[in-house]
Amino acid sequence: MKLLNHTSKYLAILLVPLITIWAFIFYYAMLDEIYDSLDDGLENQKILLLQRLPTNPEILEHTDLELWNHSITPISKTYHDQFTERYSDTLMYMLNEKDFEPVRTYETKMAYNDVYYKVKFITSMVEEDDLIQDLVTYLIVLYAILMITIVVLNNLMLKKIWKPFHSLMAQLPNFRIEKNHQIQTKDTSIVEFKLLNASITTLIEQSRARYLEQQHFIENASHELQTPLAISINKLELFLENTNLSESELNTMASILDNLGRLTRLNKSLLLLSKIENRQFTDEEMIDFNQLIITITEDFEDLASHKHIGLKVESIEQLHFQTNKDLAIVLLTNLIKNAIVHGQQNHTVTIGITHNSIVVRNYGLEAALDSNFVFSRFKKISTDKKSTGLGLAIAKAISEKYRIELSYSYTSQHIFSLHFPSVS
Amino acid sequence: MKLLIIEDEPEMLENMVQTLERQHYVVETASDYKSALHKIGVYDYDCILLDITLPDGNGLELLKALKSSGKDDGVIIVSAKDSLDDRLEGLNLGADDYLPKPFHMAELHARVKAVLRRRHFEGNQQINIGNVAVAPESREVKVDGNPIVLNRKEYDILMYLITNKKRLVTKSALAEHVWGDHIDQADSFDFIYSQIKNLRKKLEHATITIEAVYGVGYKLEVM
Repeated sequence: MKLLNHTSKYLAILLVPLITIWAFIFYYAMLDEIYDSLDDGLENQKILLLQRLPTNPEILEHTDLELWNHSITPISKTYHDQFTERYSDTLMYMLNEKDFEPVRTYETKMAYNDVYYKVKFITSMVEEDDLIQDLVTYLIVLYAILMITIVVLNNLMLKKIWKPFHSLMAQLPNFRIEKNHQIQTKDTSIVEFKLLNASITTLIEQSRARYLEQQHFIENASHELQTPLAISINKLELFLENTNLSESELNTMASILDNLGRLTRLNKSLLLLSKIENRQFTDEEMIDFNQLIITITEDFEDLASHKHIGLKVESIEQLHFQTNKDLAIVLLTNLIKNAIVHGQQNHTVTIGITHNSIVVRNYGLEAALDSNFVFSRFKKISTDKKSTGLGLAIAKAISEKYRIELSYSYTSQHIFSLHFPSVS
Repeated sequence: MKLLIIEDEPEMLENMVQTLERQHYVVETASDYKSALHKIGVYDYDCILLDITLPDGNGLELLKALKSSGKDDGVIIVSAKDSLDDRLEGLNLGADDYLPKPFHMAELHARVKAVLRRRHFEGNQQINIGNVAVAPESREVKVDGNPIVLNRKEYDILMYLITNKKRLVTKSALAEHVWGDHIDQADSFDFIYSQIKNLRKKLEHATITIEAVYGVGYKLEVM
C-alpha cells in the first residue's frame, strides 16, 4: 500500500470514533442549551402573566392548556405551601403533525388576591428523533467531505512534497553498479529529503569507487600474472627441447604445461570479463552471424568429431546485428564450445538461426540445470577440471552489453537461446 | 637476419633470446627505453620485438620515433597488456603484429618468420624442406614434384611445423595457432590428432616426418 493511502486509511479509521464522540457531546450540549432557553421562555411567560393579571382578571379563567398554552387551577394553601415548581417533559397530541410530540411543561404556583393557584405553561419542544436523524445525516456528509478533502489534499500536496523521494525510488530499481548510471536527485527544501539525497549520492559514489577499484584490481592482477606465466611456459618449452626426458618425466612436464595453460586461460577469461564490464570494447560493426557461426563451427568440427558429436547449423533466416566483432566471436564460441564439451556422444549439437535469434541445443545430462546459477561465475556444471567456469558468465556479460537476451531452458535437450532486440 | 628484443623483464628476455638464437637469428637486446632508442637510432634491424611497458617510457613512443625517422624495420609489439586500444594504436603507428603475453615459443617464431617473409618479399618464394616444396602464395604443397591436396587445417599445421622445424611444438600452441585463439578453452587438445594423422598419411612419400613428443606435442624432422 502506498504511503499516501496509508495515512488516508488511518485518518479514515480515526475520524469515525472522533466524529461519533464529538456528535454525542455536541448533541447534549445543544439540547442543554435548548432546554435552558425554553425554560427561560416559560419563566418569562409567568412574569408576563403576573404583570397582565391586574388589568386582565379573565386570565384566571384560562383552564384550557391546549388553547392558551397555560392553565390556571386554584389550589388550597396547604398544597400551595408544599408545592415546588418544576420543569418536565411530556407528550401532547399535535393536530398538525397528527402525532404525540414532546412538549416542555413548567408547573408553578402563585397567589392572587389571597387565592392560591397552580399555573402550568407548555411550549413545544425540539423533536429529538428528528434532531438526531438530522445530526447523523449532516455528520455523515461532514465525514464524507472531510475524507474527500483529505484524500485530495494528500494526493496533491503530499505527492508534491514527496516528489524528491519518489524520483529517487523510481531510479533505484534500475541502478546497476556496473553501468555508469547516474542517480539524479531533485532539489528540495525538506531537511529529511536533503539528507536522503546526500546519503544516497554518497553511498552510490562510494560503492562505485569500490567497484571500479575492484575491477581495476582484477585487471591489474591479471596483467601482472601474464609475465610470470609467460616466463614459466616459455622456460618449460625450452627445457623440454633441450633435455631428453623419459616418458614419465614427459608426462609430468605435459601436466605442468597443461596446468599453466589452464591458468593462462583462467587469467585471460577474468581479464576479458572485467574488460567487458569496464566497457573497453567500443568498436562495433554489422556482423553477419550466419557467416560467423559457419566459421566458428569449422574450427570446432575436429573437437566435435573427436568427441563423436555431430554439429549442425540450421540457417533458417539471415541474422545481422551491430556488435564488436571480437565479442561476437567470444559469445558464440563460448556457447557452442559449452554445447560440445557438455554434449552427449553420438548426438548432434544444433545451432538454429532466425532473423532475431540463435538457439544452441545439445543433449547431455538428463536433467535441467539450475537456471539461477547457469550463468554465474565459477559455477561448474560438470566435474570437468579443464573448464574455467567463466565461459557462460562471459557469454552473459557480452549479451547484456548489447541487450541480447540470453536464456537457458531444458526440454529433453539443453537449450541456450539468444534473442536479439529488434533494431529501431 | 638481425633482430632486436626490447624487453625489461630479464627472464622473459633471456627466454626469447635463447629460442630465437636457436632459429639462427642474430639477436640484440635492450632492456629500457633509453638504450632501445639509442639502438634503433644507430642500427637497422629486420625485426624488432617491442614490449610497450618499459620502466622509463612507453614502447609506442619508440615505435613513433622509429617510424618518424623513416626506418622500415619490422615491428612486433609484445605486451602483457592485451588491450584493444594498444593493439589498434600500435598497428596504426605501423607495427606489423601484436603478440599478447603469454605466448608459446612456436608462436613467436611463426610471427617473426611471417614478418620477415613480408619484409623481404619472401611471400612468393617457394619453401623447400626435404623433398617437400610449399608455395605460400598459392598454398600449394608438392612432394617430389607431385602436388598433394591439403585442407586448410592440414596446410596450417604443416606450415606451422615447418616454421618451427626440428623444434618442439606443443599441442596447445598448435591448437591455438590453427584452430584459433578461442579453441583454447576446449577440454583437451587431443582432437588435433586426427588432422595430424591425415597429414602424415598425405606426407607418406615425403622425407619429412611429424614425430609425436609423448604427451606434449609434435616435432617436424627432416630425414
